[in-house]
Amino acid sequence: MKTKLRIAGLLTAFSFIIYGLMRGEASVVLNKAVNICLECIGLG
Amino acid sequence: MKITYAIKRKLLQFIAFGCSNAHLLNFKGGKIYTGKWKQFCNPGLNCYSCPAAGFACPIGALQAVNGSRQFSFSFYVAGLLLAFGVLLGRAVCGWLCPFGLLQELIHKIPSPKRKLKKGFLYIKYVVLVVFVLILPVAATDYMGMGKPAFCQYICPAGTLEGGLFLLAAHESLRKAVGALFSLKMAILVLTLAGCVFFYRFFCRTLCPLGAIYGLFNKISIFRLEVDRHKCVGCGKCKEVCGMEVDPVKTPDSAECIRCGACADVCPTGSVCIGFSTQRKKV
Repeated sequence: MKTKLRIAGLLTAFSFIIYGLMRGEASVVLNKAVNICLECIGLG
Repeated sequence: MKITYAIKRKLLQFIAFGCSNAHLLNFKGGKIYTGKWKQFCNPGLNCYSCPAAGFACPIGALQAVNGSRQFSFSFYVAGLLLAFGVLLGRAVCGWLCPFGLLQELIHKIPSPKRKLKKGFLYIKYVVLVVFVLILPVAATDYMGMGKPAFCQYICPAGTLEGGLFLLAAHESLRKAVGALFSLKMAILVLTLAGCVFFYRFFCRTLCPLGAIYGLFNKISIFRLEVDRHKCVGCGKCKEVCGMEVDPVKTPDSAECIRCGACADVCPTGSVCIGFSTQRKKV
């Protein structure tokens, strides 16, 4: 049972990652991460 | 000399800390790394506004995408968290998280060590649901953009790793300091003080990433197992556990960070952690 859950979990994870990459989520992450995050440092 | 889990883990923690924060020269000019690697998430909590950070923080990234105008849910970050969770569970916290290592080093400061009341362990789930999942999506501005509420109001890692260094380097940022920064500084001071007295105080009480990975401990491929045929019930494993878990009763506890302290201390070798352990049926 646990093995099936692990396989299902990993398959779901990779599907999510590929779908997220295809619709351009990585660029949103990059855009946020390469600019100083004012919220993170307590100014935003 | 026997290479214990404690030695292996500390070594890997420092390597992971170095890999997550490789851009040390950025501290000099108060800059942050702006290369392509920042589209990938670190498995552990590490603020992407830390000058040395080479990757994105998964909790910050999750809130950023969920609160963006284009998307209301991040499949990319959720997929990464799911993959890390299924593969490693909370071993990420124990072996790879830079802020976890900082907390462990602070806990070495000589002081009376205390046990945490169980109720505090549930706060991190509230933080995850309210500040990471709901507020960035629900509390949006007129343009439909949400703010990363956990980073904004709570995250002491951001204040410590990003805030203090960047404020020290930029006068323009120092001029913008206000009540919000005071709140975050107060949380940082309380967290650091808590870490002196309680083992991994932040991980256990406030960390939403630990809350997520903890949910996977029951099925994670990297796991802790106890051979009940060999166990003599001496209780040393429970006694040594910093996270206050009883590995014999609850080897898959959401609080277990797979540090291996219990395996190191077990006199009969009945506790083991890893990818290929074989649980004996009772």
